[in-house]
Parts: sequence; structure tokens; C-alpha cells
Amino acid sequence: MTATVAVAHASARRTRGRWTRFVLRRARRLLISLWILVTASFLMIQLVPGDPVRAALGTSAPAELVAARREQLGLDEPLLDQYLTYLRDLFTGDLGESILTQLSVAETIGQRLLATLSLALPAFVVTFAFAVPAGVALAVATRQGRRRRTELTFVGTSIVLASIPEFVVCVALVAVFAVNLGLVPAAGRDGLDSYVLPVLALAVGPAAVLARIVRVEMLAVLDADYVRTARAKRLSALRINLRHALPNAVTATLTLSGLMLATMVAGTVLVENVFAWPGLGGTIVSSIQSRDYPLVQGAVLVYGAIALTVNTLVDVAIAAIDPRSMIGDS
Amino acid sequence: MRRRRPEVLRTPLGIVGITLLVILALLAVLAPLVWGDRATATHTDNMLAGPSPEHWAGTDNLGRDILFRTLVATRLSIVLTLAATIFGVGLGLLLGMAPLLLPRRLGRLVVAFVNVLLGFPSLLMVLFLAVILGVSTTSALLAIGIAIAPPFARLVYALGAGVAERDFVAAARIAGVHPLRIMVRHVLPNIAEPLVVNATVTASSVLLAFGGLSFLGIGVQAPQFDWGRLMQDGLAIIYDNPLAALAPGVAFVLTGLALNLTGEAAAGTFGAKSRIRTTRSLTERRSVSPRSNTRDADTDLVLDVRDLEIAFPGPYGPVSPVRGVSIALRAGEAVGIVGESGSGKSMTALAVAQLVEEPGRVTAERLTFCATDLRSGRRTAHDALLGTSLAVVFQDPMTSLNPVMRLGSQLGEAARRHQGLTRRQASARAADRLRAVHLSDPERRLRQYPHEFSGGMRQRAMIAMGLMGTPRLIVADEPTTALDMTVQRQVLDLLQEIRRKHGTALLLISHDVSVVSSICERVLVMYAGRIVEDLPAADLYTQARHPYTRALIGAVPEMTTDLDAPLATIAGQPVDPRHVPDGCAFAARCPRVTDRCRQEEPTLQAGPAGTVACWHVGDPLPAETKEVAVG
Amino acid sequence: MSRLDFEDVTVRYGHHTVLDGVSLTVPEHQIMGLVGESGSGKSTLARAAVGLAPLSRGRVLLDGRPVQSQGRRRPIQMVFQDPSSSLDPRMSIGRSIAEALPERLRRAPQRAEIARLLRLVHLDPDRAADPPARLSGGQRQRVAIARALAGRPTVVLADEITSALDVSVQGAILNLVREMQRDSGLTMLFISHNLAVVRYVATHVAVMAAGRIVEQGPTDRVFAAPATAYTRKLLASMPGGGPRPGP
Repeated sequence: MTATVAVAHASARRTRGRWTRFVLRRARRLLISLWILVTASFLMIQLVPGDPVRAALGTSAPAELVAARREQLGLDEPLLDQYLTYLRDLFTGDLGESILTQLSVAETIGQRLLATLSLALPAFVVTFAFAVPAGVALAVATRQGRRRRTELTFVGTSIVLASIPEFVVCVALVAVFAVNLGLVPAAGRDGLDSYVLPVLALAVGPAAVLARIVRVEMLAVLDADYVRTARAKRLSALRINLRHALPNAVTATLTLSGLMLATMVAGTVLVENVFAWPGLGGTIVSSIQSRDYPLVQGAVLVYGAIALTVNTLVDVAIAAIDPRSMIGDS
Repeated sequence: MRRRRPEVLRTPLGIVGITLLVILALLAVLAPLVWGDRATATHTDNMLAGPSPEHWAGTDNLGRDILFRTLVATRLSIVLTLAATIFGVGLGLLLGMAPLLLPRRLGRLVVAFVNVLLGFPSLLMVLFLAVILGVSTTSALLAIGIAIAPPFARLVYALGAGVAERDFVAAARIAGVHPLRIMVRHVLPNIAEPLVVNATVTASSVLLAFGGLSFLGIGVQAPQFDWGRLMQDGLAIIYDNPLAALAPGVAFVLTGLALNLTGEAAAGTFGAKSRIRTTRSLTERRSVSPRSNTRDADTDLVLDVRDLEIAFPGPYGPVSPVRGVSIALRAGEAVGIVGESGSGKSMTALAVAQLVEEPGRVTAERLTFCATDLRSGRRTAHDALLGTSLAVVFQDPMTSLNPVMRLGSQLGEAARRHQGLTRRQASARAADRLRAVHLSDPERRLRQYPHEFSGGMRQRAMIAMGLMGTPRLIVADEPTTALDMTVQRQVLDLLQEIRRKHGTALLLISHDVSVVSSICERVLVMYAGRIVEDLPAADLYTQARHPYTRALIGAVPEMTTDLDAPLATIAGQPVDPRHVPDGCAFAARCPRVTDRCRQEEPTLQAGPAGTVACWHVGDPLPAETKEVAVG
Repeated sequence: MSRLDFEDVTVRYGHHTVLDGVSLTVPEHQIMGLVGESGSGKSTLARAAVGLAPLSRGRVLLDGRPVQSQGRRRPIQMVFQDPSSSLDPRMSIGRSIAEALPERLRRAPQRAEIARLLRLVHLDPDRAADPPARLSGGQRQRVAIARALAGRPTVVLADEITSALDVSVQGAILNLVREMQRDSGLTMLFISHNLAVVRYVATHVAVMAAGRIVEQGPTDRVFAAPATAYTRKLLASMPGGGPRPGP
């Protein structure tokens, strides 16, 4: 008895050790990626041809103002000093100030980011809530070439939906539901009603794409030897499909979902534009057009950091489902 | 020779996709030539008009015709999409192939670089570059190209590395073929299809990305216009004329559709040559003959199968890989089925285990397991019986266990369902069963995943899984083919031990005569879906009378084989179940063939040792062509 | 002259030592069998000889000289296990063979040479234009052997070339291997986990376990009077090799 317990502990230790190593490896990769992101966003402003401040303020701006802003941004100091200052400021949460409005970039982004996430997260949830059950159900129903008509209808519909760009969805939704029917507001962020169209616009395309991927993955898994083994054990169809097949099918889906969430946060740029949503996307676009570099720099940094963190979390989630994914990566 | 239509054009999706692509290409070429002037002509007297006979989609804020603007914008939209796609795909190809050509360390660096790039969403990259390069069409083009390169590079690398591992690439390297030439001649052609499919789908996302940038005002700049630009202009006047935004929107959808449909159809024709495999069992009563009553069956029989037939629908009528097979097994008896691949032996095993799936159909005059007629009732009716009394062991232990489930739950789940054990009881039973198959440290094993096991250990675990109940019959389909000789021996000994201890019957399928004869009492030889000989294993080497059986025996070298004589061979190819010849199926490969063999199919006839289906069992063998041994 | 010597060959992948100081001589004009369980390093040894596995230590010598691993002429050729992966599915079998020819020939002589090689492995020369998909597993292995011979090697390494084939086809390939060796006096390293197969084709045999050679010698001597417990265990695991368990 004691021997068994001791062995069990040893095994648990081994497993824990592997997990720790895996999470550490992933954390290291995240840190390296974040460092590259930070450096890239720092260099961005340096790589702008000509004088960024002059470009931002325009040719008519007085020379003293340009000089003042250059001084303020520290652009006249040596490159390395600028870099170190940038890093130090970053750790204190200081992303600099807008060239045009002189407002704190960190504050502006903080407010806008909340609005953006309030669109992206619900859209992400809606996408998954629809795509995974739909993909699984269709795979089970259409495997081995059954129900060809259902299959064709699904594939056709999902391709059509996936082919519609989100800004077209937006415009179409606005035209139908807001302009013609007047059911929901056409733009702005005001109450729950105002979330319906933007969230829908964000979710339609990804949901169609994801449902197709889930179905294809699931079809492949349903043909696997271990599913045949499960059938040989005469388990219920529910257990075979959900316990044996699904976890094997979703690892590939999850890999994609990380990218998808990142894309969704970015995709809000277009959706926010249509719905006049006070989010980060609109801020980025307007700051690119007005060449307000510190603001773009901050936004790129925040977007990138979110995307990289999400990807890392997804990797860890996959490892929890499929322990094989922990081995073989260095 | 009939002329073949390209595969892509054989599916409805493909036809629609290609047709749309052709129309778009024509529009891209012709529209600016024909309607270029009308698209840019301003009519200040007719601004923001709704649809009318002159302007089907109305006009914009300068009175320009929206329909013509949309049509003319086809060229710029498509040219930009193609240019960015080609640039990005080319860059991706370079980045993806580089690690395969560069020295290892350098290659790894490239892979790591691509992995980091993959972490950044592409729109972010586009924005980043738009800042540095300034807002212009060229910078948008470069930015999108660079943004799509990393995912494409990863695909190229993953596929390419897969091909580069294959033996023909190793053979080319050994033959001294230059690495670059290997890449061009061997690797790229073998990954071209998925790459083309992916490039098509990528093109559709490039279309959207470019449209998106123009829509945001950081892509195509006025006075040039593409669909994205038109959408943005249209959105501004959506309350005056919704069609102004919807017309370019429709153009986007149709183009995206054309690319996606073509890609999907191409992927379908290239990739999914779907294998027909197990689904659910579908056993039917064939003809209710008076004999097919379980009452008069030998109650001693664990398994009684008569006249088993399996059919799959084929394009030219049903295909029957198994035709009229009868097997009877008593408790504790071990029967082996041997034959080449395609002889129907594995299919027979699947049918016995009730694992032949739709669209396959199993019919039999009798199909009785433990005195229960498996043909009766719903397909789930016999789950409890089969789940506890029938164990199945498959060929490849590497793929037959679920990689994402701990061994404990894989072993315990059937017992919990069929025997009503609690989780704790099932786990205790599982540990006990692992001990029974001589796996050390069973409690720890239960918490492990299959990838932590060796092949032999997995096969033991599979057998332990079958022992969770009290099996009356073990169906083992090539259980040792994927294993080493030493491990093979251990697994066979284990099966033997179970049989002796519990009186379990064993149906062992193998292509190797020596494996079957070493543990079975009776051997069934299958050829082209039929049993051609049935004889005691002890008599196999001395009394086998069918020419096929004798050739199978002679082809396998044993530790006692005569080293001076060549091994027996069987000329020709096995029978394709889609074209089973009249007469004896083995006739074409048989040294003793006569006209009678080609016309009449022999049936199983009893002889001194077992039964055999051959017209020439009595005849002496023709003089074998002996190779002259070189001294 | 075509003697293949492995001298203290060591191959490591990371911290994992696959081959641990292997010294082995494949005598000229003989077939040497190499047996052992999977993971014992048999295939790695063959791959090391043709430069597919990096040596951490030691060297491989052909007639006392390091093996040439640059240029078109390669005196050591190899035949692989899996017939479904040993030929490029996009290339006709004739072109696959042509690629291994050491010098570029004009069209007609090249075609004649391919026909000669196909005939050598008992395949119809008219099939040179066929893609591998039209060939059975056994026929593909024949093509793979022809391709190896195309490089006019003095040594051929055969890595489990029959274990993926049906037994009925295995016999024909083994006959072919013996015939080749007898007619051309090739030196061969014949890797297999099946002792009866090795006994049938090889005059000498080496037994590998855990990256080391544990025993070697003439086949009849090693199999009749094995010197190590490991070899005895391998022999006992052959069907019919030990006491036959009764029902």
C-alpha cells in the first residue's frame, strides 16, 4: 500500500515537472516575443522617413513648436538613450503623449481598449458557442458520405458567409436592421441594443470558418483507429463523439482560435469604423491618418501584447487537453 | 481513351467557382476599356440619385454611376489582390523552404523567426508598415504581402519537412542529387496541391484585407478607386442610396466566393480521398431459412457464423470483399485466418465484432455469439453482451488507443457502462487487469497517457481492455504485425495464457502462417473473400492441399528452410474484389490451373485433414522449376 | 574490393546515444545480416554509412578510405523499408531510376540502361513510364532495388526491405536479393528483425542491442550456438523457435 502511494507521488512529481518545464518554455518564448514587439514599436517611430514631428504637425507648423515637441519626445537624444528611456517609461506604464492632443497615450488607449474588448470578447464567445456544436453535429451527421445534400448545403452556406467581409456585413446589417427596419441603433455605443449589430458583424465570418474547420477535423478524427476501439467497447454514441473524438478534434481548432481572437480584436477596427464605436480601432486609424505616431506606437504595442498573450494561453490550454503537444517542442 | 474533365470541374462547387473566376477575369480586362469613361464622368445635375433606368444602382455625391464604377473597379481590386498574393506567397515560399536548405542551426533560426512573426495578427503588421512606409497603395500592397507570408511559410515548411523525411528524398540524397534540385524535383511537386489550395484561399483574404484598408482610407488613394474605396464612399451616403455601399459589397462577396469555392473544390479533389471505414454495424437477416434458428445451434459454440457476406456500394454495383464465409468457434478454441492483404480476413474479423459500418452491409444465414442472434434487434441491443463478452485487439497499438485520455479511463469506461461499476471499482479492476497482462506498476500506468508506453505495452493494454469484462471470444486482427519479434512472442504467449486460464475462444487474423500455426488449433486460409482451405494447424505444413496454402507456407522462410532452394512465390496480383473472376478466383495465379478452374468455382470439400476448395487436390504437383544452385 | 568498415561509430541525438561505439566489418562480396529489436540502432547504423545520420565520433571506411559523400558517384546505396514512401509519387519509375545514374547519358543509352535495370529486377521495361501508384508494394521494392543498383554501388544497404510486404511477396524479394548478390558479387548489409529472413539471405550476422553490437559471426554458427543471452532470447522468440505452447 505504501509502495503504491509512493509510486503515485513519484508519478505526480514527474508530471508536474514536465508541466513546469513546458510552462516555463512557453513563458520564455512569450517574453522574447514581447521584447521583439517592444523594440519594433520603438523603432517604428525612428524608421519614419524624414522628421516624424514635422510630418505630424504639417508644413505650416512653426519651427519652435516642432522643436519643442521633438525635445518633448526626446528625439534629439542618442538612439540608445531613447531606447532605455522608452523601456523605463514602459515599466511605469507611461506610453508617452500624443503629438497632436498632448493627452496621455496610456489613458486614451485604456479607455478605448475597454470599448473594443466589450465587442471582441462577446463576438468570440458567440463564434465558439455556434461553431463547435454546429461543426461537430454536421461531422457526425455527414460522415462516410451520408446526407450529401445536408453536407453540400452546409459547405455552400459556410463558404458564402466566410466570403463576406465584415465591413460588408456591417453595412448590410445597418442597411437592413437600422435603416430599413429601425430595430436597433445604426451607430454609437449606447445600451445593450447597440451591441447587437457590431457583435453579429464580427462573429458571422469567423463562426462560418470555424464551423467548417471543426467539421473537417472531426471527420478525420471519427475515422481514427481509437474511435474504432471506442466503438468496439460499445460505448454510447454520445461518449464516443464527445469524450473520444471531440478533444482530439479541438486541438487544431484551438490553435486557430488564438489567431482568431487576435484577428477579432484587430477586426474591430473596421467594425468600429462603421458603427462609430469609440474603440481602439478607430483611434489607430485616425492616428495613422493624422500621423500621431506615439498613439499608433502605443496601440500597436497593446494589440500585439494581447495577441501574443492569448496565443501563449491557447498553447497551454492545448497542452492540458493533449499532453503529447508538450513533447517535441524546444 | 475518354477525355477527362479536370477534377475541379466535376463538383457543383467547383463549376460555380471557376465560372465566377472566368467572369471576373473578363470584367477585369474589359470593364475599364468599355465603361472607363462612364465610371468617372460626373453629373452635378444628378447627384445622390436612387436606382433608375439610366443608373441601375444610382449615382454618388458627384453624380457618377455606381454600377459602372463598381464594374470598372474590378480591375484594380483584382490586380492588387493578385499582386499582394503573389508577393506574399513568394516570400512565404522562400521563408518556408529556407530551413530545409540551410544548415541546421541557421534553419532553426528561420523557423523561430517565422514562429514569432506568426504570433502577430496580420492587420497589426499592415498598420505597422503603413506607418513606416506612409499611406499609399504600394505600402498597403507590401504590407499585406508581408503579413500573409508567415502563415504560408509555416505551411510550406510543415509540408516540406514531411516530404523531406520520406525515403525517396533520402534515396535522392544518397544518389548525390543536389539539395536545390531535390527541392524542385521531389519536394515542391509533392506539396504543390495543398499550397495551391491555400494560395487560393489566401487570395480571398487578401482581397478582404485590401478592401478593408481602402475602406479605412489607408489603402488605395483617390482618384483611384477599388471596391473598398467605393464601400467607404457608399457608407457615407447610405441613407441616401444604400445601393452605393451594397453594390461594391456584392462584388466583394462574389469574388471571395469565386476564390473560396474554387479552393474548396480543389481541396476536395486533391485531399479528401475518403477512406471507407467502420461506422456502425448493420446486420440484416438475409433469408430466414428454417435452419437459422438458434435453438438447433450447437450451444457449445461461442461463435457460429454461416455464409457471411459483406457488401459495400461501389460505382459499378456492390463490391463484396467477403463472400460466404462460415466460422464456428468453441469455448477455448483458437482459430487463425491467414491470407494476403485484400483477402477479406480483416473485414471478416470486423463483421464478427459487429464493427462493419454503413454503407457496408453484413448479411449472414447465421450470426450467433454466445447463443444470441446478433442479427436481431436494434444495433444497440447487444451492446452489453458484446461490451463484456467480446474483446477486440487491433493491429496498430500506436493508433488504437486514444492519445488524449489516460489509460485508466480508457480501460474503465466500458466496465462502468456495461457492468455498472463505480469509478473506484472500475479503476481497481483496471489495475488488476493490467497486472494480469504483466504490466508492472499498474496503478501508475492507469494515470499515464498512451504516448508514455512502448508498442508492446500498448498492445498489452489493449488486451487488458478486452479483459475488463469476462470475454468469451477475443478477435485479434494482426495483433503482432506492428511489433518486434520478441514482443510478438510475448503478446502471443499472453493470448495463449488467457485462453488457457479462462477458456476464452480466439479468432486470430494474420498474414503470417508461422504466427497462426504457432498458437492456433485450426487454420482457415482465405483468398478473394472466400475460405479456400480449413485444416488443423498441426497438419498445416504436411497436409495442406490447396496450391495457395502451399505457396503461402513456402514463401515464409523458417529457421529450418533449405538454404539452397529459392523460396516459393505466387505469380501475379491478388484479386481485386471489384472484379472477381468466374470460376476459381486463384486460377490466374495457380500452377495447376485447367479450363475447369476458369469456369467452375470449387466448393469446400472434406478431405483427410480438413476441407479444401480446389478441383485438383488429388493431382500431383507439377514439377517445380528449380533454380540451379551455384556452388 | 568493397569492404565496409564501421570504426567506433557513435551517433547522438541531443542527450540520447543511438549508436555507442559500433565497430563492424561487412566482408566484401558477402551479405551480412544485422538483427535486433526496434530502437537498437540498426537503421541508424545504415544511415550513418550514407551520411543521413551525423557521426559524433568514429568513421565509416570503404576499402580503408573514408566514404565519399559529395558528387554524383556514390559507391554505397540504400534500399528502404516502406514501399509507399520509397518512390516519389510524382515521378515515373524510369525517371526515379535515371536520377540515380552516376553520369548523364543521352536519351537512347539512358533508356537502354533503365530497361536493363528493370529487367534485372524482373520488371517489364515497358513499365518505365508508369507512376509508382500503378505498382504493387513488391514491385515498388523491386524498383527501389533497381534504383540502388543504378548508382553502380559496391555496397548496398537494405533496411527492412521486406517487413512492410505481404509474406507471399517477401519470398520473391528475398530470392531477388540472393540472385543479385550471387550474380554481381555485391557487398550487402541486410537489416531485418526477422531472424529466419536473415538466416536465409546472409552468410554473416551481427546482433545489435541498445546501440551496441553484442555478437557477430557466420550466420550458421551464431544461430546454432549463440554466445549471448540476448541472441538466445531473439532466437527463442521466433515462431517455432522455442517450445511450442500447447492448447
